[in-house]
Amino acid sequence: MSSETTYEKYYVPEQSKLPVWMAFGMFATVAGAGGLMNGNSTMWLFLLGSGILAIVMYAWFNIQIRENHQGLPNEQVKKSYVWGMGWFIFSEVMFFAAFFGALFYIRTIVGPWLGGEGAKGVTGDWLYPDHEAVWPLLNNPNNELFPPPSGVINPWHLPLFNTILLIASSVTLTIAHHALEKDKRKPLLIWLVITLVLGFTFLFFQGKEYVEAYTHLDLTLESGIYGTTFFLLTGFHGAHVTIGAFMILIMTLRVMKGHFKPSDHFGFRAAAWYWHFVDVVWVLLFLFVYII
Amino acid sequence: MTTAIQNHSSHDHHGPAKGIGRWLYTTNHKDIGTMYLWFSFSMFLLGGAFALVIRAELFQPGLQLVEPEFFNQMTTMHGLIMVFGAVMPAFVGLANWMIPMMIGAPDMALPRMNNLSFWILPFAFAMLASTLFMEGGAPNFGWTFYAPLSTTYAPPSVTFFIFAVHIMGASSIMGAINIIATIFNMRAPGMTYMKMPLFVWTWLITAYLLIAVMPVLAGVVTMMLMDIHFGTSFFNAAGGGSPVLFQHVFWFFGHPEVYIMILPAFGIVSAIIPAFSRKKLFGYVSMVYATGSIAILSFIVWAHHMFTVGMPYAAEVFFMYSTMLIAVPTGVKVFNWVATMFRGSISFETPMLFSIAFVILFTIGGFSGLMLAIAPADFQYHDTYFVVAHFHYVLVPGAVFSIMASVYYWLPKWTGHMYDETLGKTHFWLSFVGVNVTFFPQHFIGLAGMPRRIPDYALQFADFNMISSIGAFLFGFSQLLFLLIVVKCVIAGKKAPAKPWDGAEGLEWTVDSPAPYHTFEKPPKVE
Repeated sequence: MSSETTYEKYYVPEQSKLPVWMAFGMFATVAGAGGLMNGNSTMWLFLLGSGILAIVMYAWFNIQIRENHQGLPNEQVKKSYVWGMGWFIFSEVMFFAAFFGALFYIRTIVGPWLGGEGAKGVTGDWLYPDHEAVWPLLNNPNNELFPPPSGVINPWHLPLFNTILLIASSVTLTIAHHALEKDKRKPLLIWLVITLVLGFTFLFFQGKEYVEAYTHLDLTLESGIYGTTFFLLTGFHGAHVTIGAFMILIMTLRVMKGHFKPSDHFGFRAAAWYWHFVDVVWVLLFLFVYII
Repeated sequence: MTTAIQNHSSHDHHGPAKGIGRWLYTTNHKDIGTMYLWFSFSMFLLGGAFALVIRAELFQPGLQLVEPEFFNQMTTMHGLIMVFGAVMPAFVGLANWMIPMMIGAPDMALPRMNNLSFWILPFAFAMLASTLFMEGGAPNFGWTFYAPLSTTYAPPSVTFFIFAVHIMGASSIMGAINIIATIFNMRAPGMTYMKMPLFVWTWLITAYLLIAVMPVLAGVVTMMLMDIHFGTSFFNAAGGGSPVLFQHVFWFFGHPEVYIMILPAFGIVSAIIPAFSRKKLFGYVSMVYATGSIAILSFIVWAHHMFTVGMPYAAEVFFMYSTMLIAVPTGVKVFNWVATMFRGSISFETPMLFSIAFVILFTIGGFSGLMLAIAPADFQYHDTYFVVAHFHYVLVPGAVFSIMASVYYWLPKWTGHMYDETLGKTHFWLSFVGVNVTFFPQHFIGLAGMPRRIPDYALQFADFNMISSIGAFLFGFSQLLFLLIVVKCVIAGKKAPAKPWDGAEGLEWTVDSPAPYHTFEKPPKVE
């Protein structure tokens, strides 16, 4: 634990077996998943890949933490981590941008055209003369191929509650962060645990909402473009909340082990950034998927 | 591993590890750059072999060698492998080798992730290539994989294509993040932004393009996957979606992608032309701003790829003019290269030959691009061989020539040996003639109306197609000479001095040839 060592050089790690195993794990996971989707029995490959990924990531983070405790990475190296995480989150923003862009394009351009309005409305008139485009689509252009939902989720019940939960969790996480910076370990731990509880409650209600959508509203992946955009946007968000919650969980465990210092807690900081990012995405979702 | 870490500070000056482990487990930017470059070259040969299948079939009208179904697989795989397997990894390889040396850094910012970025690629491309042997064949919907060809009507192997794109996209994003962190964080003291070599600048901007659009590519293939396997209707009008949505999302990725494949080439040429003209680069600052402008414009021009799909008039006009705007910063660049050569004392070694050919032939590709940008004219050119001629002019004598130029330029630094100049020049002239014989006639047959991606054609196109095929085989087999020259140079050759080129500038020429395994462990001072 010698952070004030005179290590002037940029720390370049020795050879590592982890990256090539991680690449193999990624390959096995997606090859296994692809095989499953195509109806082959490649579950074993998928599980093998996921197992390798889990082990490798555990080992990789472990080494990262140990090197940090040995004081190998200096301030300059830590700046690289900051840039790395920052631009990784930017790439995630662009991933969501693709789906939001698709949603906006569908709603403002494709919808009216299929309903027979606008510059290319003639296409809709010719293909689906009876179709009227009203968002949310409770009638699809072809209701036999894509049976429409009977209703949509009311934004002012569960989604509103979930919004409050998630925004609150961002606040509690920030309080925890401040506590860490003032080296107050006990409040740090308490606010982290509260954040975790809020996060998992969000996920629980999101699951409940999906069950309601599938069982009561016939709102499914197969129910046309409304269900498609609804489940893909909220689903990818939910996946990211899961990842973020997992990060916070790890941070909580590390806090319990006595990791992090007021001046040196990049892992915590990165997890917090990720959590705030997921929070912002949710606000946009609440606005553009649920309300408007 | 643990012991290795603990021992680290005790012996810092060490060479590469022995055996295969050196390459599998390396964290060294030079090793990783080398692997990228060899991988890229092997993909170049594989993609080239597919191209020769195409050109062999098109040697004469009628169906001779392959089934139309297989022909479609060849056009698709040729495009995918050349774009994602040959050109992009080659530039990443060059970035790995050169950026740390150019800015005086000891290595890339995140060395282990760097190794991961590389090793994903062999797995991804093995998976992609394996689709050729699957039931129903390889992807056959063109490298642009338009829905519904790539969804409703796709072969089952499309699933593996999608996942291959996913993981190679992850590789690109990690590579880009690494490059950004390196350039921002690891410049030697005194290496201010406006002192960075243009190759570093162009790569910085390219890396931004990569992290902005590779996730969009991941998004669009995810939408395909959902449509194919989970019953969603992104690209299906019956459910309220639209196949045109695919084209918009794809080209939002696709247009910046073509600049990803050319901006680093600009950087390379901006290093080589001054070196062999023995003059400073003309208009350095304007080069930087021009590169930035091209990158920004690349985000608002995407729909010029889809003028004929049925867009409102206002959109056609907008995308037409925004596309033409790109000619302005590109013109600035071409002007600067020519002005650099003006009154220089030029010598014509192989890297310079490739670079001059780049300037001339890339400009031809740019002009045909301007023709295609004119929306009303594009209604005639769309999906003809004119388009094929256009993008091969910017990609082969553009991107690929710049890569070859850079290999000749930096081979002495990498290997410590001079390459064989006579063989290099021979390789250049064979390639130069081969490229033009292959692609110039395609302008004519395109304007005359021959559609692209078709295994058979009307008789009036026969002569030009035959010429084109002869050129393709000339160009293709010339690359074996390239392989020979590189291998020869790696094994032996005249000893290279630290700075083999008179006019070359940059930190990379201040270290020995071959560059030591670790360079700049203590950052140099830049004046």
